[in-house]
Amino acid sequence: MRGSRPTEKIMSGCAISGILNRRGKCFSGKEIMDSIALMHDRSNGLGGGFAAYGIYPDHKDEYAIHMFYDDLEAKEKVDYFLNRHFVILVSEKIPTREVEAINNPPIIWRYFVRPDERKLSESGLEEDEYVAQSVMNINANYRGAFVVSSGKNMGVFKGVGYPEDIGEFYKLEEYEAYLWTAHGRFPTNTPGWWGGAHPFTLLDWSIVHNGEISSYGANKRYLEMFDYKCTMQTDTEAITYLFDLMLRKHNLPLEVAVKAVAAPLWSEVERMDDEEAKLVKSIRAVYGSALLNGPFSIILGHKDGFLALNDRIKLRPLVVAEDEERTYVASEEAAIREICSKPEKLWSPRGGEPVIGLLEGRSGV
Amino acid sequence: MSLNYNNPEFVIERDQDKCIECRVCARQCANEAHFYDEDLERMREEDINCVNCHRCVTLCPTNALVIKEYPLEYKKNSNWTGGMISNIQKQANTGGILLTGMGNPTDKKIYWDHILLNASQVTNPSIDPLREPMELKTILGRKPDKVEFDEEGKVKDLPPQLELETPIMFGAMSFGSISINACKSLAQAANEMGMMYNTGEGGLHEDLYPYKDRTIVQVASGRFGVHQEYLNAGAAIEIKIGQGAKPGIGGHLPGEKVGEEVSKTRMIPKGTDAISPAPHHDIYSIEDLRQLIYALKEATNYEKPVSVKIAAVHNVAAIASGIASAGADIIAIDGYRGGTGAAPTMIRDNVGIPIELALAAVDSRLREQSLRNKVSLVVSGSIRNSADIVKAVALGADAVYVASAALIALGCHMCQKCYTGKCNWGIATQNPELVKRLNPEIGVERVKNLIEGWSHEIKEILGGMGINALESLRGNRLMLRGIDLTEKELEILGIKHAGE
Amino acid sequence: MKKVYAREEYCLGCKLCEVYCVTNHSQSKDIIKAYKLEEVTSRIIVETKGAVSFALQCRHCEGSPCVKACITGAMQKDEETGIVDYDEDKCVGCWTCIMACPFGAVKRDEFGNKVISKCDLCAEEGEPACVENCPNAALIFEDREVEEVC
Repeated sequence: MRGSRPTEKIMSGCAISGILNRRGKCFSGKEIMDSIALMHDRSNGLGGGFAAYGIYPDHKDEYAIHMFYDDLEAKEKVDYFLNRHFVILVSEKIPTREVEAINNPPIIWRYFVRPDERKLSESGLEEDEYVAQSVMNINANYRGAFVVSSGKNMGVFKGVGYPEDIGEFYKLEEYEAYLWTAHGRFPTNTPGWWGGAHPFTLLDWSIVHNGEISSYGANKRYLEMFDYKCTMQTDTEAITYLFDLMLRKHNLPLEVAVKAVAAPLWSEVERMDDEEAKLVKSIRAVYGSALLNGPFSIILGHKDGFLALNDRIKLRPLVVAEDEERTYVASEEAAIREICSKPEKLWSPRGGEPVIGLLEGRSGV
Repeated sequence: MSLNYNNPEFVIERDQDKCIECRVCARQCANEAHFYDEDLERMREEDINCVNCHRCVTLCPTNALVIKEYPLEYKKNSNWTGGMISNIQKQANTGGILLTGMGNPTDKKIYWDHILLNASQVTNPSIDPLREPMELKTILGRKPDKVEFDEEGKVKDLPPQLELETPIMFGAMSFGSISINACKSLAQAANEMGMMYNTGEGGLHEDLYPYKDRTIVQVASGRFGVHQEYLNAGAAIEIKIGQGAKPGIGGHLPGEKVGEEVSKTRMIPKGTDAISPAPHHDIYSIEDLRQLIYALKEATNYEKPVSVKIAAVHNVAAIASGIASAGADIIAIDGYRGGTGAAPTMIRDNVGIPIELALAAVDSRLREQSLRNKVSLVVSGSIRNSADIVKAVALGADAVYVASAALIALGCHMCQKCYTGKCNWGIATQNPELVKRLNPEIGVERVKNLIEGWSHEIKEILGGMGINALESLRGNRLMLRGIDLTEKELEILGIKHAGE
Repeated sequence: MKKVYAREEYCLGCKLCEVYCVTNHSQSKDIIKAYKLEEVTSRIIVETKGAVSFALQCRHCEGSPCVKACITGAMQKDEETGIVDYDEDKCVGCWTCIMACPFGAVKRDEFGNKVISKCDLCAEEGEPACVENCPNAALIFEDREVEEVC
């Protein structure tokens, strides 16, 4: 892979930003690029990326698979795999433009696919699980190939470089989405690897994340018990899988998942009424290994909206703002003011307190 | 036989300039190593009786006493060491098996000391436990894979769980092997610190019923003191299959130790030997264990978690996995350095495997089989300090049992003569004159202080790692690095070498 | 008043209380010198029989038979502190107090002096030396608000 896949845990600092139009109106990628560009100093040019929801209305019922390939040989192998397991409706190069700061990109491809019906029914899996397993299979077993994103009507655009340069490279101003998230990366110890940039995704879930999870080793080994293979050595991958496990596989309400990853302190539990205390205690007992420890702020993107969350003692910055039809979230207030100078409301959520931005009419992520 | 070939193990040195002949040493030595010679008008010593328990040294008001190893040297021989020779001479005298007490003292590798911990620098802030919350609460018991909700959306009850304020429990030590004052000290300390203590196979003395919410009642092969009320008195039940100090063999409490109270509590006649058979005679295989687990659950209305304690032996991972699928809620594994009140020396020093390797193997196996999150894992034998606990949790344990360390807090000086019943510290004895030497009011404070000190240290170490809840350390082997370990050892421990 | 109470269930019979009593009532206040150079009698007595032992000392009781019995007025009960103590200069060594004490807490000086030896609760210090140095907290110094009357 361009810049090799790391073999040890990656440590990094970061900038994150997100914009949701709650009415579902789509808007160009220019604003999110401006917002993340303002926080230039929070990245070091070794990774930037964007997740965009609502960009493929013409293919909204198909899985949009974004891929990085090191070479054509890797692509041939994955093409073969996809052909066997999926019906490929579109297979095309993702358009890019020459940008001086962006060097040595991999082969960047996208497919719109449907699971092969016979294979799907033989597998006995739900459609989403079938796709998720295929994604993990490619990432774990196909050298030189990496699944960038795999959701419906959404896609991730990322690479090695500053996020504003990555946005320009992918011509994001030409895409229109109702939810954009962005990430600028500051890894301390890895050569830039295109796959290692954020957002990290699985199906519709995308995560951008600022921080370092000191519980990574515990989270990773917990996930392995549920057949997740953490191969990227990044916190973001583990966080994505944790949410996928709890929300999709265990079918838990979002607020339960939040109480698992940012569990209320025991001292707070003592002040809760019996019913709430029992709920929180049960979650903590069962999902203790899903607790995310250490400093983080994350934006979990999904087709219905986003969840923004800080670690429970707020060791990383996170600011939220709202205007008439949009919700903004970013590492720094200035990154919001840059694109919305006078929001109606602007606040800094408390540690562990989730901020949920939803499309109108949706009840939960 | 006319001549005893054994030489003293220790020599008592008395500084006559300091000695005031107050005779505290003579009054305090149950082994009669000190006596006052009326003719010579001074204190004298019987070195051969000395076990080096330090009782006299500690109580001597003028620091006139020093105990040293008997300086007699054998001709240098790495194979036939002095210890080997004197063991043979002892056996040639008596024809008996060599008995000993406490844990394996041999100089085999202690893996805890070859594991180093991590700390945060720059990329991740360390957390100051004096300023920020730091959570050690630990919940033991069977966990479902996911939380379930009823039709009204209310969370369904979990199976019974034990809640600990710190990941430490007092390991099984029976009333009989230790004194009632030692039991009371541990029970009350557990109660006040939000921990658990374990009755061992001694039944539950009525003085300990006030602490029942903090009691794990043990059911072992002798079934001493086991009845409906006993089972229901505790917060959890532990089936003892084995003990790290003596895997594969049973227990033997000599009749001299079975006085009135021990007899009542164990439900056996006074003065009779209490013999725990080597196996449970109703458990000859794993399916029998399942039946006992469920018999105990039935007897307690499924309200108590059931733990199964085994010694760490060669195929411990497979055994633990079997225990997990047999329905145990907690698996306790006792390593080969674990303590005992009495064990044959050859077994203590040669049977079983180190707890560090057993723990790593069991945790990995349970994870491979997706069982680890369902059961809790408790390890013991031997946990010597808070760093050992942190390393155990990072290797995969939920909590630890400490026993020897708690006894040391109560006064034990590791003389390893528990089996004689002459414990000068009032711990491993039933002699009323000796038992009263351990004032439980003092004992409780000392044990609590130890646990408090360790808990503070665990918080400091966690904070340094940038972690503020113990769950995030559990099984987090990335926080560990090995030093001076072979590839194979690192592989079993599942950790990288320092520098990697 | 605060008095020394023995808890026989924790008494080791080690007699360290006697050692520290002697030291505290010596001129030198040094254990080794007190024993090797001075002649000091312990004012606390450890009674031992089999497994039972406890330390005994003057109860400083109301009614104080020793005070009543004293023929020279050497033995006095301090009205304010309640401590029963005696004046060495006035003592003639008649030992009537020893016969009068119902507890057996007054004893002869072991070195043949005329004066008797009894507990003064280490009146000049805070906690009596026997209590402070008991290794098993078998002696406690407290006010139980129950007067022992003789």
